[in-house]
Amino acid sequence: MTSDTQREAVVAIPTDNGAPADNPVAAEHDDVDRTYEHDVNGVIRTSDMDVFYGDFRAVGNVSLSFAFNEITALIGPSGCGKSTVLRSLNRMNDLIPSARVDGEVFYHGEDIYDPEVDPVEIRRRIGMVFQKPNPFPKSIYDNVAWGVKINGFKGRKEAMDEVVEQALTEAALWDEVKDKLNDSGLSLSGGQQQRLCIARAIAIQPDVVLMDEPCSALDPIATLRIEELMIKLKQHYSIIIVTHNMQQAARVSDKTAFFNVELDATGQRTGYLVEYSPTDELFTRPRVQQTEDYITGRFG
Amino acid sequence: MQPAGARSAGHTRERRELTRPMALKLGAVDNMKEQLKKRRRPGERVIIGSLFFAGAISIAVTVGILWELGKESLLFFTDEVVSVGQFFTSTVWQPQAENFGIWPLILGTMLITVIALFVAVPIGLASAIYLSEYASPRVRGFFKPLLEVLVGIPTVVFGFFAITFVTPILRDIFGTSVVGFFNVLSAGIVVGLLIVPLISSLAEDAMSAVPSSLRQAAYGLGASKLEVSLRVVVPAALSGIAAGIVIGMSRAVGETMVVTLAAGASPRNFNLGSDSVFGYILSPFEAAQTMTGYIAITASGDISYDTIDYNSIFAIGLTLFVITLGLNSLSRRIVKRFRQEYD
Amino acid sequence: MSIEAPERPVQEHFPTPDEYAGLLSKRTRRAWVVQMFLLLMLTIAVLGLSILLFTIIDDSFGNVATVNQVEPEEGVVLAGLDPATTSFGDLGKDELVTALQAGINRNVGRRLEREQRFYEDRLVFEPQASWDELCASDDPAPGCTSSARDAGNVSLLVQEQVIEPDIIAVSGMVESLLNPAAFEEEVARDFAVNPEKYPDYTFDQVRFQWRAWFSWSFITSPASATPEIAGIRTAVLGSIWLVAVTVLFAVPVGVGAAVYLEEFAKPTRLNDLIQTNINNLAGVPSIIYGMLGLAVLVRALEPITSGSLFGTGAPNGRTVLAAGLTLGLLTLPVVIISSQEALRAVPGSLRQAGMGLGATKWQTVRSQVLPVAIPGILTGTILAVARAIGETAPLILVGAASFITQSPSGPFSQFTALPIQIFQWTSLPQPEWQHLAAAASLTLLLLLLILNGAAVILRNKYSRRIT
Repeated sequence: MTSDTQREAVVAIPTDNGAPADNPVAAEHDDVDRTYEHDVNGVIRTSDMDVFYGDFRAVGNVSLSFAFNEITALIGPSGCGKSTVLRSLNRMNDLIPSARVDGEVFYHGEDIYDPEVDPVEIRRRIGMVFQKPNPFPKSIYDNVAWGVKINGFKGRKEAMDEVVEQALTEAALWDEVKDKLNDSGLSLSGGQQQRLCIARAIAIQPDVVLMDEPCSALDPIATLRIEELMIKLKQHYSIIIVTHNMQQAARVSDKTAFFNVELDATGQRTGYLVEYSPTDELFTRPRVQQTEDYITGRFG
Repeated sequence: MQPAGARSAGHTRERRELTRPMALKLGAVDNMKEQLKKRRRPGERVIIGSLFFAGAISIAVTVGILWELGKESLLFFTDEVVSVGQFFTSTVWQPQAENFGIWPLILGTMLITVIALFVAVPIGLASAIYLSEYASPRVRGFFKPLLEVLVGIPTVVFGFFAITFVTPILRDIFGTSVVGFFNVLSAGIVVGLLIVPLISSLAEDAMSAVPSSLRQAAYGLGASKLEVSLRVVVPAALSGIAAGIVIGMSRAVGETMVVTLAAGASPRNFNLGSDSVFGYILSPFEAAQTMTGYIAITASGDISYDTIDYNSIFAIGLTLFVITLGLNSLSRRIVKRFRQEYD
Repeated sequence: MSIEAPERPVQEHFPTPDEYAGLLSKRTRRAWVVQMFLLLMLTIAVLGLSILLFTIIDDSFGNVATVNQVEPEEGVVLAGLDPATTSFGDLGKDELVTALQAGINRNVGRRLEREQRFYEDRLVFEPQASWDELCASDDPAPGCTSSARDAGNVSLLVQEQVIEPDIIAVSGMVESLLNPAAFEEEVARDFAVNPEKYPDYTFDQVRFQWRAWFSWSFITSPASATPEIAGIRTAVLGSIWLVAVTVLFAVPVGVGAAVYLEEFAKPTRLNDLIQTNINNLAGVPSIIYGMLGLAVLVRALEPITSGSLFGTGAPNGRTVLAAGLTLGLLTLPVVIISSQEALRAVPGSLRQAGMGLGATKWQTVRSQVLPVAIPGILTGTILAVARAIGETAPLILVGAASFITQSPSGPFSQFTALPIQIFQWTSLPQPEWQHLAAAASLTLLLLLLILNGAAVILRNKYSRRIT
């Protein structure tokens, strides 16, 4: 097996390159608020995306389309590049000087790696929750309010209070913290901290929320709460989650993409997409042998 | 467990009702390109520009040092009474008699540096080994801050100490006829004391960077603590220790106040043929001026610009700069090799 | 089924258990000896420090043998009062002026009055007519414009000009406390053996008294050519001005450079060069910075550093501004490197969190990274500034005035600094100056102690607030 082999992923979810005008959804709903006009290709679509760190190709040939208001899970053995893919979707990889993305990533049909595009604007619309809870060493209130403030929120103090309350309520944290909004975010438990990070991310009204193994540092009960929260949140947001926990993917996601990693002759590891299917199909009737091997625990 | 809420039916292009509360409205999809367009942030550009400028000032400092030292040295060497050959070969430094040979000053600097290292290396190294391998946290907590206090004391105070304490003691021990009031030994000892904390902290850093697996391996073979420290840890940290000693040496070469006060202001002019090597040339009991001492003494008088004296301190300064730069890069190279060993 | 143990090959050269035990105790003994040696070396280092501190304190206090030209009681008589009821310290300004008039000759008095007059409304030594003429001339005396001397100042003048105390011998603190008689015997013996050393005095005139060289009046008195009344006010104020200029330059520039290098610099060759260059600058001897300051700040930029460009200031570039900037350049690499370390200690997750919320890099750095790094930056900066306060060699190069009695009043003043004062006094041969140098060193060390203490307190306070 060499890295030159063009691997063909089995993608059960077609991407439709039709122009938005052909979009049947749009055609049917001419009366609705076009604010949320949907591209049939989903909110984010990658096309032949490669991610490099220096000369090292971390992931290759990823073509995926992420649907609106659904939870899409990225699973695979460690080192398969699923986090790398996730970070390429909102240009967080820009923070690593040596990282480079080839191919295209479309957000509402616009390539986010176009030099004309502002990465800051991308990150505002495509928010992110990280593996380890990372609240700012500030008050709970400021943790939520800061992102809103720097993104040009013009409301007065009362309006901000409302935004903070709403975000914390949405993140199912309000009842626990409403009496101690001025306490440090770091004084919360791990699960609460992660929900605070989710509140912080959704307070700025993103379109998509990326979650990079959001429960890996949490205990089972906190994990459960975050999972319930995700399912609630998908009414409003498109969520893409990386998880190393197959049960979690099966529980929460609508669609699942399975990645694997191959070693080339020089020992470099390159991740690639194996299969992308609706979650129930992927876990019950995988189309690829590798997927079946992985979900039945034969490797990984 | 079964996830709550309706699951979407596969890949149908179904649209959900959107009820999200809006604080910031996302724009329509139509002009997405326009919305994502790069913003201009002139304020931030100005800030980042000035931060870069702050960083670039350091380059200006280096250029300034090299330029001024070079320019004035050039004036010095092109002066009719100076010859480059004489500067680097003559063993007499007598500006009044237009004798400009740098060796007496280098000799002074070398003598003091060597004495300082004789004092500082054993003390610094032993302290480092003790603190790194033997000391309990309590003992460490007692000694370590004391060594740090030593770092914080201004060198002029060390100079005062050399004159009022060390020199009289040396003269008591060896006799006032043997030891001059200004002498190299007193200055060297005090410079040594000054660089002890430097050497000990760098050596300690190097030793604590030795992986503990190495220590455990040695203990596992039945070695005693001493054997582990001296035969395993110290050799493994040797390049880091050496780099620390070289840094200490560079510090001693550049040290000014102690030598100016304690070693005197007369260059030890010598004649290799007739002067006794140990009785005079290398004698620790006689006075000697160092490169830094000459610069400080010459500049402390009312020095007028564009005189031979003024230019000469820059020529000496350039020599000093080259020596210390060489020592510092040497130590960095040693450290680099050390790092490679453990990666 | 039984398993047969394989036969071990016999090793003849190994020690027997008994031999091994002996060997072990020998090894243990040797280890103990070496450990004691290591501890001894460490103790020597600490002993050096202790002796240094002891020397300074010992020399800062002690008994002195003084001879007064005029005894203070006679000074009271000169003031027209009865020494039995009034002591010298009780004299008011008017009485002191009277004593001064009686004790010095008129020409000296006129010189003093021209430096600074005694009363706003009347003259003491100078006739009104010549005074008016003097003040109307092109080059009026400083006394024409300055305010009048206060009582403390006049008291110092009386001591300096009339009483004229002359310290003829000094001793250290410990000897003075434990065995004061030894010192007196020594002075008496010296009078007997070397009478030619004291041609003007007899032993009967010698008074022995305790003297604290380090005292409040030492810190607040201006410099003087007379060791008995010399103080360090000028030098302390000079050092404070220098530190102000140093901090104003080195902190913004240093922290800015550190933020640039840690947060914004991409790994280009230019940025690598800047980083390497800063590391190199940190190892350049301080005297080289002094030469840079002399050539560039004092000489080339004289119109700016002397203040002549702004219409005020000193006759040359050897000013607070030039010296403060020199120390600033010297401190810069240290501030940059310690600030970089503080920034590096801020977890990357905070930066990711900030950027992930759609903040720009600068917004993230300013609101999230810098506040967390500030205690570290502050600590490093205070330590760097403490180092700058003690620097002497660069100040010698940029021309700190060796003897100056006027306190600096701004960035364009000529100045002297505490370490320069120590250097000057240490270089003088008479023992009195050594004791003044000790007292000045003690002041400097206390100042540094306060600064370092502040650094520790700040660090503890902030680190508690964050976690």
